[in-house]
Amino acid sequence: MTFGRDKLAWNAVLWIVLLTMPYWMGAIGGYTELASRVVILGLAAMSLNFLLGFTGVLSFGHAAYFGLGAYGAAMSLKFFAPSTALAIVVGIVVGTLAAAAIGALIVKLRGVYFAMVTIAFGQVFYFITFRWNSVTGGDDGVTGWHRAPLRLGFATIDILGNDKAFYYLVLLLFAVAAGIMAMLLRSPLGRTLIAIRENERRARFLGIPVERHIWISFVISGGFAALAGTLYALLSNFTDPRSLHWTLSGNFVIMAVLGGMRSFWGPLIGAAIFVVLQDYVSSHTENWMSFIGLFFVLVVTFFPRGVLGIIKRRVAS
Amino acid sequence: MSNPESTTKPLQRRKVIQAAAGASLLQLATPFIIPARAADNVKIGLDNPLTGTYAAVGKNELIGCQLAIEQINAKGGINGRQAELLVEDSTSGDAGTAVQKARKLIERDKVDFLLGNVNSSLALAMAQVSAEKGVLHVVPGGHTDAVTGTSCHWNVFRICNTTQMEANAVTPSLIKNAGKKWYFITPDYSFGHTLQSGLEKACKANGGSTIGADLTPLGTTDFSSYLIKAQAAKPDVILFLTQGDDMINALKQAVQFGLDKRFHLAGGQQELEALEGLPPDARIGTWVFEWYWNQPGVPHVAEFVADIKKKTGRVPTARTWFGFASTWTCALAANNAKSLDAVKMAKALQGLKLPPEVALMPDGAFFREGQNQLIPDLYVGHAQAKGISEDDLFKVTEVVKGADIAGTLAETGCKMTWPS
Amino acid sequence: MTQLLLFNVFNGLIVGAFYALMALGLSLILNLSGVINFAHGGFLAIGAYLAYALMPTIGFWGALIVAPFLTALLGLVVERVLIRRLYGRDPLYSLLLTFGLAYILEDGTRYIWGAQSLPFPIPAWLTTPLSSEFFFLTGYRLFMVLLVAIAVGGLFLILNRTRLGIRIRAGTLDLETVSVLGVNIGVLRNLNFGLGIYLAGLAGVLAAGMLGLQPTIGTSLIMPSFVAIIVGGLGSLPGTLLGGLLIGVASGVTTVFFPSATEAVMYVMMGLVLLVRPRGLLGEEGRTQ
Repeated sequence: MTFGRDKLAWNAVLWIVLLTMPYWMGAIGGYTELASRVVILGLAAMSLNFLLGFTGVLSFGHAAYFGLGAYGAAMSLKFFAPSTALAIVVGIVVGTLAAAAIGALIVKLRGVYFAMVTIAFGQVFYFITFRWNSVTGGDDGVTGWHRAPLRLGFATIDILGNDKAFYYLVLLLFAVAAGIMAMLLRSPLGRTLIAIRENERRARFLGIPVERHIWISFVISGGFAALAGTLYALLSNFTDPRSLHWTLSGNFVIMAVLGGMRSFWGPLIGAAIFVVLQDYVSSHTENWMSFIGLFFVLVVTFFPRGVLGIIKRRVAS
Repeated sequence: MSNPESTTKPLQRRKVIQAAAGASLLQLATPFIIPARAADNVKIGLDNPLTGTYAAVGKNELIGCQLAIEQINAKGGINGRQAELLVEDSTSGDAGTAVQKARKLIERDKVDFLLGNVNSSLALAMAQVSAEKGVLHVVPGGHTDAVTGTSCHWNVFRICNTTQMEANAVTPSLIKNAGKKWYFITPDYSFGHTLQSGLEKACKANGGSTIGADLTPLGTTDFSSYLIKAQAAKPDVILFLTQGDDMINALKQAVQFGLDKRFHLAGGQQELEALEGLPPDARIGTWVFEWYWNQPGVPHVAEFVADIKKKTGRVPTARTWFGFASTWTCALAANNAKSLDAVKMAKALQGLKLPPEVALMPDGAFFREGQNQLIPDLYVGHAQAKGISEDDLFKVTEVVKGADIAGTLAETGCKMTWPS
Repeated sequence: MTQLLLFNVFNGLIVGAFYALMALGLSLILNLSGVINFAHGGFLAIGAYLAYALMPTIGFWGALIVAPFLTALLGLVVERVLIRRLYGRDPLYSLLLTFGLAYILEDGTRYIWGAQSLPFPIPAWLTTPLSSEFFFLTGYRLFMVLLVAIAVGGLFLILNRTRLGIRIRAGTLDLETVSVLGVNIGVLRNLNFGLGIYLAGLAGVLAAGMLGLQPTIGTSLIMPSFVAIIVGGLGSLPGTLLGGLLIGVASGVTTVFFPSATEAVMYVMMGLVLLVRPRGLLGEEGRTQ
């Protein structure tokens, strides 16, 4: 992590790309919603990676917090008040609380068992939203609402009609989240998490309360995933139980792995590749599932370090 | 980790693999520069399931659309231009994807028409997008009443029936032939709920009563506990409102339990796809079909059946007809309005009667004004293991005129507002 | 009411037996190799479709015997070619691999046999109920329970009386020592995987008789298997069996009193077990790492 000036340059390039995405997306066969989707899912993958890549804990059920964020935002807009800001806050709170509760229950497990249990709990929430028809709309999801224009006092920004405006809102929130995550990772807390990832037993011998730190990481990770979820709901003006399903969790993991688990921006790159690829492949063939499945297999077998991992290695050698 | 000599081989292999992967990625990347689509074509975007639970019915709708496009182009196209079908997989349940594809079709591909979705909830989500963007949207096979009811929009039209219409069509036969005490096995989503309430209402109006109901989650594989409960309540009729695979599972198990010998098994909507997937001894029950291929004496039907059989080797189902009629609706709207402006086309569709070679029904079909709902015929009958041929799995006992049972416009709850 | 309850308990045992069959295969693979096989449902579907394809030639009984073996063969190939590379690495990778594999299997079956549900006829004498009183005890379901019992019995015999079985059990406890003792653990893992997939294939053939045969036939059965393993106890095969049966009975009983919670009850059970006894009902100490 000693890139110094190079890192600053690469960061600058990345942000320029992100800031101008709505403008050049169309030229390569994309569209603004796709750009928003890339950023939102990139945020979700990065939040998962906080837990997976930096704390070394395998959660395969993060869609639960993502989806709860989505539901929180949707229900807030539908039932409480037509305020986008409130919706986002509600979504984050709901998702974070759930992550805190579940995290506390499972923090003693590790490895594949931890993964299994995260999946199972993810399905619990899927089930609740699916069955609790009267409140969540069941399989139909929460419909009949839409994102409200942002009233900033001095101006009103129409994020409903204007896709570009919404994209920049998403990007702004993404920047804030990424900034906080970066700060946390650089702080003593972040260092402790990485220590736990590297060698849990040693960390324990050093007196670090491992379980508590894993729980904290779980909650932070869940909170950011919930933020991504709220934005996802706002993007579609709709949310349904599928946003909680374990297959979505799997997609987040593959994005993190594809981009490079050990790097900060890796998951965003992974998300970009995955989202665009899936969008493209599913338009051209009915058998896109085979391609995506094959993609998973290839990445895991031949590119386990991910795109950024390969680049880093190249630079380092 | 491993000794230095062995690192050269994996590195070389890795380079080869990376090169290959890079090359293939390039292959994928270049077509991102979308070849300039023939700007002349009128584009119809189909956003429907091609994978997942609804893959089979989605595929059939697609085939109907494709046949319609061929016929439309053979007859001169839409307003003199060729028509083109753009197909996207909405998946069977992921609203995020369905909405994304709808936006893609509208924004990037600039379609003039949007078609979809089999899944009622996805249809509603897509309708929100199409209404927002002002694109003419025809729903071939999403049944929930809200699409042309409480959530109706001026630009959204629907081919298939509302659940209330299906309920009204089948209830009199059921009460007469099966009995008055009904028990429901209902799939737990909007389609199931509205179909059940529609049937309950019609049942009551015809002198029957509901003695019990169970909501089953979508994708239930084992219905045994629900069936045990149902038979304990001793109804006259057990109604299966489940669709697709749920229907197959439920009926298969019900017949294995011998329930068909003790009770009358029936339901609302039934589809040929489900009957085809059942073993012959489970092809039983009284149902309503929305369209059926075996209609002797109705003009143009035989040609349609032959055309589809040539394409797929199997007879068309109601879903094929939905796709066919939806696509033709787009062409008719444009040709009648002599324009591709959505508002003009929507106005041209008000009260429009489908020509017989599109309607393919004894009494024809028309779009009800102010609701954008197609009012067709409905086919009440019972399933059979085999009829005049291997494909003839349904015996039509009564053709009900949609207009007779559609109820009033006020009852649908649709309050349409037009853009100024 | 008591009759309803009794019926549901019996029926629950039948359904639970089926869940257990699926879960046992998953558990075998998990215990020895540490791989969560997301593709288990896909292999179930393959077993079902192979049976469908073979039936016209060798009949139902032939298909019942041959299809699981063919599925297991496919499993052996998959393990050798794809999964084996990933053992030394983070368990994350094998998870993602089976995840991708599940997609491929589902799409593959759809591509080969189509999305349309296919009718799967079972011998007529099996479909009739044994008595009109106990109508839910159809010949087929009892036959299924019998088959599960035979499979479990066979599995028990293999694990306790054959060398392969003893090595598998030893490997589950301490793979390194087993390897040091001269056993080829590559082959061991391979055969273990094949055994697990055999059970999945068998479950597939049985499922096709009760459910509609379409590409997604296996996907909804994965979750109950997970829950069965977690409830019954990680690392314990008898625990998995017990877990499956418990889930089946719990679902059935819940339908009587609280029908909308029929599926949710298994997750509630899982939550309770995790709170009170995290290693599961019959799980072994230290297995949660």
